[in-house]
Amino acid sequence: MSTRLANHGRLINRGKAVSFTFNGKHLRGFEGDTLASALLANDQMLVGRSFKYHRPRGVVASGAEEPNGLVNLGQGARFEPNARITTTELFDGLVAQSQNHWPSLELDVGAINSHLSRFLPAGFYYKMFMYPRSFWKHVYEPIIRKSAGLGKAPKDRDQDTYEHFHCHVDVLVVGGGIAGLAAAKAAGERGARVLLVEQTADWGGRAVVDAPTIDGVSAQEWIRITSEALENMPNVDMRLRCMASGVYDHGYALAYERLTDHAPDREGPRHRLWRIRAKQTVTATGAIERPLSFAANDMPGVLLASAVRDYAVNFGVSVGDRTVVVTNNDDAYRTAIVLKEAGLEVPAIVDARTQADGALIDRARDLGIRIEMGKGVAKVKGGKRVTGVALCAQAGEGAVLEEIGCDCVAMSGGWSPVVHLWSHCGGKLTWDADQAMFRPDPEKAPTGADGEAFVMTAGVANGHLFTAEAISDGWAAGRAAAKAAGYTKRGAQAPMGEDAVEGPISPVWLMPQGASHALRAKAWLDFQNDVKVSDVQLAAREGFESVEHTKRYTTLGMATDQGKLSNINGLAILSRSLNADIPDVGTTTFRPPYTPISMASIAGVARDDLFQPVRMTPISDWSNAHGADNEPVGQWRRPFAYLRPGETVHDAVNREVQNTRKNLGLLDASTLGKLIVKGPDAGKFLDMMYTNMMSTLPVGKCRYGLMCSENGFLMDDGVVVRMAEDTWLCHTTTGGAEHIHAHMEDWLQCEWWDWQVYVANVTEQYAQIAVVGPNARKLLRKLGGMNVSAEALPFMQWAEGKIGDFDARVFRISFSGELSYEIAVPAGQGAAFWEALMQAGEEFGAMPYGTETLHILRAEKGFIMIGDETDGTVIPQDLNLQWALSKKKADYLGKRAHERSHMADPDRWKLVGLETEDGSVLPDGAYAVAAGENANGQSNTQGRVTSTYYSANLERGIAMGLVHKGPDRMGEVIAFNKTDGTTVRARIVDPVVYDKEGEKQNV
Amino acid sequence: MSNAVSALQGKLAPGEVTVREAGLRGMIVLRGDIDDKKLRSVCTGLSGVDFPGQGQANCVGEKGLCWMSPDEILVLVPYDGVAQAIALIDTALAGTHYLAENVSDARAVIFVEGSFCREVIAKLAPVDLHPDTFKPGDFRRTRLGQVAAAFWMRDEDTFEVICFRSVAGYAFDLLAGSAKAGQVDFYRKSA
Repeated sequence: MSTRLANHGRLINRGKAVSFTFNGKHLRGFEGDTLASALLANDQMLVGRSFKYHRPRGVVASGAEEPNGLVNLGQGARFEPNARITTTELFDGLVAQSQNHWPSLELDVGAINSHLSRFLPAGFYYKMFMYPRSFWKHVYEPIIRKSAGLGKAPKDRDQDTYEHFHCHVDVLVVGGGIAGLAAAKAAGERGARVLLVEQTADWGGRAVVDAPTIDGVSAQEWIRITSEALENMPNVDMRLRCMASGVYDHGYALAYERLTDHAPDREGPRHRLWRIRAKQTVTATGAIERPLSFAANDMPGVLLASAVRDYAVNFGVSVGDRTVVVTNNDDAYRTAIVLKEAGLEVPAIVDARTQADGALIDRARDLGIRIEMGKGVAKVKGGKRVTGVALCAQAGEGAVLEEIGCDCVAMSGGWSPVVHLWSHCGGKLTWDADQAMFRPDPEKAPTGADGEAFVMTAGVANGHLFTAEAISDGWAAGRAAAKAAGYTKRGAQAPMGEDAVEGPISPVWLMPQGASHALRAKAWLDFQNDVKVSDVQLAAREGFESVEHTKRYTTLGMATDQGKLSNINGLAILSRSLNADIPDVGTTTFRPPYTPISMASIAGVARDDLFQPVRMTPISDWSNAHGADNEPVGQWRRPFAYLRPGETVHDAVNREVQNTRKNLGLLDASTLGKLIVKGPDAGKFLDMMYTNMMSTLPVGKCRYGLMCSENGFLMDDGVVVRMAEDTWLCHTTTGGAEHIHAHMEDWLQCEWWDWQVYVANVTEQYAQIAVVGPNARKLLRKLGGMNVSAEALPFMQWAEGKIGDFDARVFRISFSGELSYEIAVPAGQGAAFWEALMQAGEEFGAMPYGTETLHILRAEKGFIMIGDETDGTVIPQDLNLQWALSKKKADYLGKRAHERSHMADPDRWKLVGLETEDGSVLPDGAYAVAAGENANGQSNTQGRVTSTYYSANLERGIAMGLVHKGPDRMGEVIAFNKTDGTTVRARIVDPVVYDKEGEKQNV
Repeated sequence: MSNAVSALQGKLAPGEVTVREAGLRGMIVLRGDIDDKKLRSVCTGLSGVDFPGQGQANCVGEKGLCWMSPDEILVLVPYDGVAQAIALIDTALAGTHYLAENVSDARAVIFVEGSFCREVIAKLAPVDLHPDTFKPGDFRRTRLGQVAAAFWMRDEDTFEVICFRSVAGYAFDLLAGSAKAGQVDFYRKSA
């Protein structure tokens, strides 16, 4: 059984017990435990069920690479699925539930899949679920969804807060092991600004467990001295519980700091996402031990040899009383030695190598441990936990030579450097056959914009598995990184490390070498996604030669651990099946994040009210207090209509439409774009920007203008105002303000850089209010101030002065067909001006109106709307706006494009009005059907609806649309389709259905 | 003028780092040849400060000059003095190619004051705010969260942030939230 040892446990505080629950069971651990070590201390070997076959699973590893130990952590607003127990620090009151089983962890009905495993090989889903097609949706998918999957989705809102932090450093060092500490110190001594991040809660990495000597002192002591020295360096910052999750272009890196996961009662954000810009990044990310592929290697009680050692040394936990060590290298002997010295039994070390010598082997032998060379594990015996191992010859096919009783198997297939961060941005790998591992290729580092490397790798992550090389490599990388960042100050000498001399590893990808199919079908590669040796071999036989395809076919490495334990073993099996060398098969792509990071940390503060910026006009507060039913227009929220108590939106719109025509309506038009264009060449410039002539517009006058892209398509429209001899004010659509400003700057900066024109976006400087309706002038006269009579201020002119107390620019322009003044006042006066208008307007029937009324009023007048009548494929000619295309001008944007044959085609759909025979409102976007079918068997079409509304003034539906040869077909009736399959008949009419002569606006 | 109000009307979020809207401030965007002597002298005359270099802001009280781009300067004057200032610019630069527009109402100014004000900004803006790199007098046009913004340091414990009026509420809440979330402790050693 697994239990707590009397001694050992350098990370735990035995003086402080901590209680927690697992599947409702109350358990106790110590401060400093991980959830994994605490569960093991309580003999909770079984921690979950596998993804596909629901096999019982226990902890395999002790760190970020753990595939099995995933739990539903916390409750309610703090619930999180798939929390990795090896990286979850224990705290008082922790609540965890195991995943992926029903009805319980111990008795899981889904385990039947394990017995059906020969019918569920790789690619099973693809082969099985093809036919009949209807079964997928109604039978297969619901069943699969029920039986597969890991944690539950959270139900409540996350109660915690999250944040980002931007920082710029010269050197980012990833990994706080001895190589990372050395790199940080070396870079810091050179004078560089350094940030050192470590994913765990402690400095030192593996060295503390494996205990080499450095600079003549124990590793632990050297780590303490060095981390204290770094702490005292003003140019070095250090962060624990902070995992560098990705390296990106331009020296950008993300790090994920877990601030309160281990102390949920602490104030402040739970996670902080560090957005780091580093001149150089040093990845001292260490290595991950590989499992060995033997039958039933997924049974609870089979762990990585390093993990067994970690639990003993760091947490004082023995995974078993009797541990068999299975290895192909010297390092695993350390586990046997640690266990033996802790008073536990090690019945045998099973070494697949036929011959090996070294200090560690001698030490194990001296301790009296039986060593079986050239042997392997044929299979692990047991069920929900290990009861023994069957030994065989590694060279054979698995004939059992002997069975040894044990309750723990510590396996080691060698070490794989953590090359993820090196690889994220294009760093290449090279296969080191002697050490049987991929290591970073220093000749092919990730390069920045200048073609120079911006990532260096150091220590074990660079393939230096031994202390002396690892620490000096870390030191050298730190120095080199600082130098590359421009720091050359001399520093101290590199630290010297020393540890036991080890013999060579012998690669073992399958145990035994000639394992039968029955054994291979139980030899797990990917524990989390249930991929076995036989699955990868099947994929190879079925023609999946690319490692990327094999990955997706078998799901190898696609689980939440992203194949940290399985990828190298899997591709070695694949390469053997393909008769290719491992480096020729290659690895799959390493992508960020290194381990999953919380979605909330990515969002940071961008949630709830701060999810996205909502733009407010000076009048928004008033509108929101007076029944505004808002709609998004870009990032603005504009009132669609102002609802009175008891009104529906439809009622409100009808009231606003009628009132504006009969009495007086007020519209908050502040969101309209306002661009000042000034300079000696401004007229020439605007003549290029607009299709019609703007240079000849007299000072004091307004002109409606169209803007086309260089491809001739309509992109914006609005009223242009001549402010002064060299100054124009261009109104744009609400959504066009920033876009048209950028469009103008683009042409000025890139094309006509020698033209003397300045553009300024003053959209937000002004609150703009449209005062619309027969009583508009009465209201302005009542407020007093400047002369707004028809004579003093005729239609399409503007003037500046005072309206009441307010500084106003008054434009006599109309988008409604009514007598209308658009009045701009400084935004700071906007709210007061609006209130003054509302108050003074009461006797004239003033009511605010929203965007829907704006739309209906303009549609009654046949005015087009950018975004309704246009969609990026529409040209002015389609909308019968030829009058706005200047024939006098030599050029303007879009002119040449309009000459293209397709643009000049008489068969283009053109704008007309549409009047349903039954008075109903046409469905928006409906197509006019034509005879016959197209090549896809769809009905032919001859037009479509672009704008459609109910007009309360006319008491029927009104619409505009683009129809094939439309203007030539006045009076003709065509049919528009509806979503219910029927059609509605509409007559082609003039788009202007209200005050065709324009008398109302010109009074 | 009595009708004019600033975007957030002096909104305040007190704390270890306090976030406060500055109220009405006068701002003029001036585009032109910033090496031109006449332009520089009208600017320095209006603001009473030296003409700033690239990436710099020289500000005293409500007056100042901020370098916006190679052909743009932001002139800060008291809110009530904008019309007069523009008239002076118009007179001084008559006959040359320039643009001077009042943008006082288009913007909001927010103070971020307190011991870890650098970190409050660094949570939101991709700018190197290390004390060795960003000092009082430095100016950046950048973003806060998802909106455009500019800022400079008035002194070691005070940032002045400018953003567009329509998103003043968003920017204020971002800053206040970041201040409330507390210190990152990143610039501690440099202090």
